[in-house]
Amino acid sequence: MLDRTGAPIINDADFTQNGARVDHLLVAEMVAPGSRVLDVGCGDGELLRLLETRGVDGRGIEISRQGVNLSVAKGLAVVQGDADTDLADYPDNAFDYVIMSQTIQATRHPRVVLEHMLRIGRHGIVSIPNFGHWSIRLGLLFGGRMPRTNNLPNTWYDTQNIHFCTIKDFRDLCEDVGAKMERSVAVNYWGKRLRLPAPWWFWNLFGEQGVFLLSRRD
Amino acid sequence: MAEVELKTSRGTTERVREAENPHSLVAHFGADKPLKLDAGVDLSPFQIAYQTYGTLNAGRTNAILICHALTGDQHVNNVHPLTGKPGWWDIMIGSGKLIDTDRYFVICSNVVGGCMGSTGPSSIDPKTGEPWGLSFPVVTIRDMVRAQAMLIDHLGIDTLFAVVGGSMGGMQVLQWAASYPERMFAALPIACATRHSAQNIAFHEVGRQAVMADPEWRGGRYLVEGTAPRRGLAVARMAAHITYLSDAALHRKFGRKFQDRNSATFSFDADFEVESYLRHQGSSFVERFDANSYLYLTRAMDYFDLAADYDGVLAHAFRGTKTRFCVVSFTSDWLFPTVESRAIVHALNAGSARVSFAEITTDKGHDAFLLDEPELFAIMRGFLGAASAARGLR
Repeated sequence: MLDRTGAPIINDADFTQNGARVDHLLVAEMVAPGSRVLDVGCGDGELLRLLETRGVDGRGIEISRQGVNLSVAKGLAVVQGDADTDLADYPDNAFDYVIMSQTIQATRHPRVVLEHMLRIGRHGIVSIPNFGHWSIRLGLLFGGRMPRTNNLPNTWYDTQNIHFCTIKDFRDLCEDVGAKMERSVAVNYWGKRLRLPAPWWFWNLFGEQGVFLLSRRD
Repeated sequence: MAEVELKTSRGTTERVREAENPHSLVAHFGADKPLKLDAGVDLSPFQIAYQTYGTLNAGRTNAILICHALTGDQHVNNVHPLTGKPGWWDIMIGSGKLIDTDRYFVICSNVVGGCMGSTGPSSIDPKTGEPWGLSFPVVTIRDMVRAQAMLIDHLGIDTLFAVVGGSMGGMQVLQWAASYPERMFAALPIACATRHSAQNIAFHEVGRQAVMADPEWRGGRYLVEGTAPRRGLAVARMAAHITYLSDAALHRKFGRKFQDRNSATFSFDADFEVESYLRHQGSSFVERFDANSYLYLTRAMDYFDLAADYDGVLAHAFRGTKTRFCVVSFTSDWLFPTVESRAIVHALNAGSARVSFAEITTDKGHDAFLLDEPELFAIMRGFLGAASAARGLR
């Protein structure tokens, strides 16, 4: 995802050999082929393009015009807009999946955004940077400063990520808004998923990112 | 067409000739092909003046229709026959340019109701042998688009690659998308809306009243009576021109600078540069534009309300469309502000259309679509490039 000026918020150096980002592949494998997808905060459109190669009918929202330009030039249908204000305009059940890849922590009202996601889509897919990761805990404990990592390189005063949470926190929010977690995947420092059926505290400590497939608990 | 004796000045004579026998291609539609107007009458016979650039490919798939704005015309990429100035979108269209005439077959036609060769109020009414004047039926944006579709038929083109336009041209693009979705692959409406706002109708009414208050207007019979409502039309143009710019752009360009003087003259001369500029805009406009056409075309924009044709639900206008859209607005456009474009996007989304949208940051106001605006060019280039690849164009 890009910030308002078009600069990347996440410096994700984790690419697979065919050039796709690891977190994109994780998201993509949660999406059923042939479905309709809205990618909120689609950045340069790479995830949408990956999904469209898999027969998905994709749409995007992106706040930076550079991101919009890059996406449109790839033939994607991307609207310049702001998740905080524009999701309200989308009709109920318009999509099979609404995706927020590393975006929700940059919104002003993550709870409202999450509720809109689950209203607009039958499913939501959210990936978050996990602030409960051990390195961040240690950074704050021993450094005494807001942690900065490879994935979260900005200082507290110029980061676009204004609503950090841990995997546990996000699980609580899902409870509150009545979202069911259908699948959860945590990714460690090296971009490898934590496969073991581990307890939540383990994921919260060792997962650098969490990726969640959500649905409404009707 | 009947020759009539008109007591007119040389400039007017040229304009009247341009209305009948324009310096462009003309498609004639006889009694067998009337234009069925929203007003409930048939316009017949009628003609559409148009220009083309580039070559239609063998598959007839590379045609782009450009829709012009209120005071534009078909001379989009050639020297204007009345003003001698370059085409109004030379910056966008041409060999090697963004809309590349080496790749695309570009068509632009004068709208019905216009004054550059398509049938309008300054054309001769065959029943009377005199210019139509106010007896010309009121036309709508949909009528303009119907006429364009007839022209496209006439040219043997089934499906346009793209329909592109700004302002009133953008309204036509949206009407095309609603009326003929299967006849266009891509739509690029710029700085427009699906309906004219009360404020915009109000601006237009001021302009029309300025024309009609000019004693030389003569109830619209000025061509027959040998007069010309120059002052009224110039004032209308001056007022309208302000709405095409922005506070910031006017300030940057003129500020409070004096025109050829160092201090105020304590008179009503054009002391300020901005006054002088507007007067020039007004006086040059009347040399190339017909006052009655101005009334008719502003009226057509006022009447435009796309949702009204679909039970008030805009999304129904675009339901099931396969056309891919790229909607563009400008931050400083107060005539068609971004919220209007967002309404278009909202409706297209509700209709599951394939839509992109970009709001260009500029202080140049509504007319930014006519100017060298790199961000506009960037989004258009990306959109048309990807669309032409999807369409299988080389």
